[in-house]
Amino acid sequence: MTSATAAGGVKPPAVGKSRKSVTGTRRIVAALFLLPALVLLGALVVYPIGYSVVRSFYDQSGDGFAGIDNYKSLFTDEGIRTALKNNVIWVVFAPTVATALGLIFAVLTERVRWGTAFKLVVFMPMAISMLAAGIIFRLVYDQDPDKGVANAVWVGVHDTFTQASAFPKAHPGRQSPLEPAGGGAFITKSPVRAGETVSLPLVGVAPDLMPDGAKPAVAAKPQPDKITGTTWQDFTRGKGVGKLNSVDAAELGYAGMKIEAVKDGKVVASATAADDGTFTLPASADGALLRLPDSNFKEPYNGLDWLGPSLVTPSIIGAYIWMWAGFAMVLIAAGLAGVPRELLEAARVDGASEWQVFRRVTVPLLAPVLAVVTVTLMINVLKVFDLVFIIAPGSSQDDANVLALELYRKGFSEDQPGIASAISVFLLLLVIPVMWFNVRRLRREVRR
Amino acid sequence: MKAKQSLGSRLAEGVSGGLVRVLLIVVGLFWLVPTIGLLLSSLRSPEDIAASGWWKVFTEPSQLTFDSYAKLLENEDITSSLVNTVWITVPATLLVVIIGSLAGYAFAWMEFPGRDWWFLGVVGLLVVPVQVALIPIAELFGSIGIFGSVIGVVLFHVGFGLPFAVFLLRNFFAEIPRELLEAARLDGAGELRLFFRVVMPLGAPAIAALGIFQFLWVWNDLLVALIFSDSGSQPITVALQTQVRQFGNNIDVLAPGAFISMVVPLVVFFAFQRQFVSGVMAGAVK
Repeated sequence: MTSATAAGGVKPPAVGKSRKSVTGTRRIVAALFLLPALVLLGALVVYPIGYSVVRSFYDQSGDGFAGIDNYKSLFTDEGIRTALKNNVIWVVFAPTVATALGLIFAVLTERVRWGTAFKLVVFMPMAISMLAAGIIFRLVYDQDPDKGVANAVWVGVHDTFTQASAFPKAHPGRQSPLEPAGGGAFITKSPVRAGETVSLPLVGVAPDLMPDGAKPAVAAKPQPDKITGTTWQDFTRGKGVGKLNSVDAAELGYAGMKIEAVKDGKVVASATAADDGTFTLPASADGALLRLPDSNFKEPYNGLDWLGPSLVTPSIIGAYIWMWAGFAMVLIAAGLAGVPRELLEAARVDGASEWQVFRRVTVPLLAPVLAVVTVTLMINVLKVFDLVFIIAPGSSQDDANVLALELYRKGFSEDQPGIASAISVFLLLLVIPVMWFNVRRLRREVRR
Repeated sequence: MKAKQSLGSRLAEGVSGGLVRVLLIVVGLFWLVPTIGLLLSSLRSPEDIAASGWWKVFTEPSQLTFDSYAKLLENEDITSSLVNTVWITVPATLLVVIIGSLAGYAFAWMEFPGRDWWFLGVVGLLVVPVQVALIPIAELFGSIGIFGSVIGVVLFHVGFGLPFAVFLLRNFFAEIPRELLEAARLDGAGELRLFFRVVMPLGAPAIAALGIFQFLWVWNDLLVALIFSDSGSQPITVALQTQVRQFGNNIDVLAPGAFISMVVPLVVFFAFQRQFVSGVMAGAVK
């Protein structure tokens, strides 16, 4: 791939040399060669620009002159304002992050032998449609951690650092010795005494959510000077509770349930239930209330709502970067191939660290390429449509709105072609500096 | 090439090479996983998709099945839209290449008044966003009766493909050595003969780059077809887009559909990497 870049047009072809028509062409022949292109360009590109500009000053039906009303609504219409705000976010973040990643990849791939394979992998998404990429990322961002890989990874990382609770939705059943203690915890109604056994039955944990190690619950044996007890799921499948508030053979212990002994609001002892649900507390718990703290019952962590209102734009920008970082990488790698090696080595000989070489030599030398890549991506990002249209679900599409999408909606589903034309003229105005730059650069070459 | 390798190894000495390698492998996986997810999802039954994530197939490879593909290829909507995609993409690519070559050659080697100004005008059109033309062209096509047809979609793509085509080909043709053209002229070749026998063959690399670029551009387009085609002329991208609204219940249609729509671009990409890259690079101004 690197060798291909040399063949490409990275250096603008020298246009120079005043060329006389070799063929002594008659003008009529030249006109025939040009005619198809000029007619099509005129009808399909130039005429629409003029039409859109004129149309943007007329009202939605196209009959009455509306002055700048359509442009005013660019700043008053709720949907367009969200779109403008999101476009700013897009233009600021997407091109810079993609270019930065492209730069890092281009520099790093020079250091490994399989750099070309890596480049191929990162560049590949450029070949596929934004629609396909959109579908790919709808799958990635699926909210359910059992289906969407983004949340699967995120929840995995999250649960490594915070303990997952084992008994969501567990709660006391009828005539239970337990009562809610606020904040999701449960507490015994009366104090416990040493030498007694305690029953802490709950119901409501779905069978498939029970801990894997849970064994049939066992009634605890009393021990002198200790408090013993059992906490278990007081529910027998097919038979309801069985014998209320006492252990039945088919009922499972709450393996791993935390139990705290509380006196005057202070925890004096704590225990964790064994696989059969039994636990033992020391004599110091005598006279305390037993509490099952809320950490036992928290809902399992479900990951981030990637496509919800607050994260949807960053998530779609992520998909865009997945597609376009390869573009930045390939262009920058081509630029890097043109950097004189002697300069880098001279800097190294002078004792510069790798970071200093990168920061003080490589980046400044690549500055023109980085600028071209960033500007190209900015133009591209201004027009982003497909990814937002496909990835943002209906419920958060308003929050993810961008100008190109709003133009499509206004022009083709809300029947407001005046406003849609104003949006399109606004987009055109934004790219005019680049248009001017292109023409100026080319003019110098043509004139040489 | 040799100098570069020695530099590479020297760099590797500087920074811990192992770390760079691990980082690149992680990033590479990061880039591959989404596509693998789509591929594996497309190879599972709707029941399995509803029940668990695609990574389940690593522990239960028996889940893999081509059923979704078989069902999809019996789906009239999808197959006819695939055919439409071909009917849109091939003419749009050929027309841009032919018309662009003619104009590029004229701008490069013919004398006529205001030549450079005309060319700069075309270059100015490079960055015009397609959005500007959607409403006007929709009305124009409506009035001449090609709105909702393959022809309309093709014409729009040709119009917006031409600035880049003319720009790229004119610059490339201008590099052809003058002596070659003069020699052919002395041999008595006429304008058309010169164009087809000398300019086109010599310009083949640029024409290939342009062709591949335009082909992928049109094949992958959603927006233009969404507006200018109807249910009878819609390409695969539009057919799949209409399915996205029920996302979640129809992954067995969307995943294989998206993958089928990707196969041709991916084959083109791997077969013509070189031309694709140079097309992309020349298009950096677009």
